[in-house]
Amino acid sequence: MAYTLLINGESHELDVDGDMPLLWAVRDHLNYTGSKFGCGMAQCGACTMQIDGQATRTCVLTVAAAEGRNITTIEGLQSPQGQALQKAWVELQVPQCGYCQSGQIMSATALLEQNPSPSDADIDTAMSGNICRCGTYSRIKQGIKLAANAVRDNEGAA
Amino acid sequence: MKASRFQSQDHIDTGRRQFLKLSAATGAGLTLGLNLTTRASAQAADSPALQFNAFVNISPDNTVNVYIKHLEMGQGVYTGLATCVAEELDAAWSQVKCEHAPVDTEKYANLFMGQQATGGSTAIANSFTQMRQAGATARAMLVAAAAQRWGVPASEISVSEGQVSHGSHQASFGELAVEAAAQNAPAPEAVSLKDPADFTLIGREDLVRKDEGKQNGTAVYTQDVQLPGMLTAVVAHSPRFGGRVKSFDASKALQRNGVEQVFEIENGVAVLAKDYWTAIKGRELLEIEWDDSAAETRSSGTILSQYRELVDEPGIVAEREGDVASQLNQGDSVEAVFEFPYLAHAQMEPMNCVAKVDGQRAELWYGCQGATSDQMAIAQLLGGKIEDVKIHTVFAGGGFGRRANPFSDYVLEAVRVARGAQGKPVKLVWSREDDMQAGFYRPAFVHKLSAAVDDQGMPTAFQARLAGQSIMMGTNMESMSVVDGVDNASVEGLVHLPYQVPNRQVEVHNTQAGVPVQWWRSVGNTHTAFSKEVFIDSLARKAGQDPVEYRLSLLKHNPRETAVLKLAAEKAEWGSRKLPEGWGRGVAVHTSFGSTVAEIVDVSVQGTEFKVERVVAAVDCGIAVNPNIIRAQIEGGIAYGLSAALADEVTLTDGNVDQTNFHNYRVLRMNDMPEVEVHILPSGNAPSGVGEPGTPPVAPAVANALAAATGQTLTRLPLRLT
Ligand code: FES
Ligand code: FES
Repeated sequence: MAYTLLINGESHELDVDGDMPLLWAVRDHLNYTGSKFGCGMAQCGACTMQIDGQATRTCVLTVAAAEGRNITTIEGLQSPQGQALQKAWVELQVPQCGYCQSGQIMSATALLEQNPSPSDADIDTAMSGNICRCGTYSRIKQGIKLAANAVRDNEGAA
Repeated sequence: MKASRFQSQDHIDTGRRQFLKLSAATGAGLTLGLNLTTRASAQAADSPALQFNAFVNISPDNTVNVYIKHLEMGQGVYTGLATCVAEELDAAWSQVKCEHAPVDTEKYANLFMGQQATGGSTAIANSFTQMRQAGATARAMLVAAAAQRWGVPASEISVSEGQVSHGSHQASFGELAVEAAAQNAPAPEAVSLKDPADFTLIGREDLVRKDEGKQNGTAVYTQDVQLPGMLTAVVAHSPRFGGRVKSFDASKALQRNGVEQVFEIENGVAVLAKDYWTAIKGRELLEIEWDDSAAETRSSGTILSQYRELVDEPGIVAEREGDVASQLNQGDSVEAVFEFPYLAHAQMEPMNCVAKVDGQRAELWYGCQGATSDQMAIAQLLGGKIEDVKIHTVFAGGGFGRRANPFSDYVLEAVRVARGAQGKPVKLVWSREDDMQAGFYRPAFVHKLSAAVDDQGMPTAFQARLAGQSIMMGTNMESMSVVDGVDNASVEGLVHLPYQVPNRQVEVHNTQAGVPVQWWRSVGNTHTAFSKEVFIDSLARKAGQDPVEYRLSLLKHNPRETAVLKLAAEKAEWGSRKLPEGWGRGVAVHTSFGSTVAEIVDVSVQGTEFKVERVVAAVDCGIAVNPNIIRAQIEGGIAYGLSAALADEVTLTDGNVDQTNFHNYRVLRMNDMPEVEVHILPSGNAPSGVGEPGTPPVAPAVANALAAATGQTLTRLPLRLT
């Protein structure tokens, strides 16, 4: 069946089964490969995208359910929070293998967009659905704080 | 983003073809174009790279390309090796780019292993001098070219930050590249290397990592490889290890729209489809009957209870020093039995591999860790020549040992599937469940440790009996690791005890089980460090001594462990920092892969629940090539070891693996992550490993902290208070 997906502001037509998870439609059919596959059952967060601004595990969200909604992948991350996080990730050398990091950044972006000054506990709550087997958790936490500060400073200056 | 990211060699563009021609003489450079960032920046058409040696290319556009002979799987090897090259080349860090070297054992062997392979925390250690020489010889060629061009003596020319200069003359590397590459390359041993006091890049904290694109989704992993006409394959494996396909019915699967092929391969039934989801759906429709006549059907509990019986019996002697038996029979003795489960690597990227097979020729794209042995295994399977197997290495989404399989398991599976795909490229993808249940685990082990102590509580005899599967026997690593029936990978960490004990004996029972086993971040040290360090704490408690002081008194002849332990104790304020009520503090120190790491752990306990609050680590890994990456590796090694201490465990029921995915194979998450502090001991010694040595000390340090807090000595992993 044909579906229309709105990804990073662009509309894409594709002909797949409606029960296909959005992750595979995006990766295998639309070639946005920044979002990763880690578990396929909403356990690891590697596939996280934003759907209407909410961090969402797309390995369990069907194409049929994603139609008509605003989908943002790591490739289309443009919010000041997202960009500040990406900058902080490079500066603090957060990624090791990097495979989980698209998902980490998507989850962290949703967090900062909703909560500009998260506490450690807020960060733990928002980020504990994202596994990192390389163990970069401390740097992720520092990265979120650095980015939060950068966004606040920027807004203060503006 | 929509363009095909990877192009097979039949589809190369003109610029790339020119590049290939240029580099064909040396065989290097074939991986150029694999990485988007490299392809974009190298501008191959206008600015062909010039080969200086197997590791260094310089382009007229001033890019220095470093070929990395090891797999970048997060351990920072791109950055580390490039630092060594750039240091001696006197390049500007910003002009350096990295890409994986092709598989070519002669040029790119791991100098410690004699084959091209990444592992054993050897990447920096084996390449440190080699990479510096590669940089220094290329520098000498640039200087020779400048001397010729300017008519000045080479000895008067200076090089800094990618600029070659003499008096009023100045030229960039790029400007000199063509002339320099035409110079005779000096022998690597003929060039002199810098005095460490003159290092400008080695030891720097602030170098941007060279494994780029991991913050914006552009870094390319096996899972992201797309080739024209490519199919995705999944394979139905036997639920039990050693099971075989008896019969199968593919008719329903083949009716599913998008499923292109279904066929049997040696270890299962392959389903090929236009995408992963369709392949998975097709696989669900297969009807397979398995032949379990040769399969492992025992439960892990049965296997472990057999091991418990074995450690009461003498095993093969791995080390004997003095006379343990008579000591154990007289004085005061202490004994403990330790138990370790099977562990899955559970790296974030489930195993996968892209292959294209054409008769006896094969081309592969994947995070290739065991390069030489994979290449040989593929050639053997196809009955072709080594040169007919072309491997393109991409980033690995973690590995922790799993990607270098002693039998090339997932790689040969991909080749077998591709062989049936009529020349089409195939991406083999394992689901998380496939990956979790595929075996090649850290072997389960039981240890029985015994010691005799004198009236001061100091050990006079130490005996360790281990039972578990050998990792190396029956693999192509056997000759490197197994001597007289003893696999060093089983006993490392307990033999050559750092603590001074006059009588010592280590014995091992090599058990047989149908569960495939493999190295897992820090290999034998994953279990030996635990029993050793928990046991030594028990001895200290029995002697009524402080665990750090007790260790130091047994390490008098061992300045390295002493210094590392002292540094950790000082930084953690051992003995002086007061802990909140209900907290405990524990220590462990262990040497592996040439590096010594001490870790001091604080835990808080509430009933039978506990949380690891803080870890202070000290490490001596020789010269710190990149302190920031060393810290990252120790942090990551701690997290990985902590995951096993707190939660990881693979169990079998009647031969079926019980765990399937992250809901029942629990791993460390952010809310469990302690604060971690890493201190690096200054050193002028040759660099040693950092990828693995952070892992072994953490579990015993946690157990020792729990013992301090609760009085319970835990001897089984994962740790559970009662
Ligand atoms: S792949 Fe979706 S949560 Fe793991
Ligand atoms: S960086 Fe490797 S899994 Fe997170």
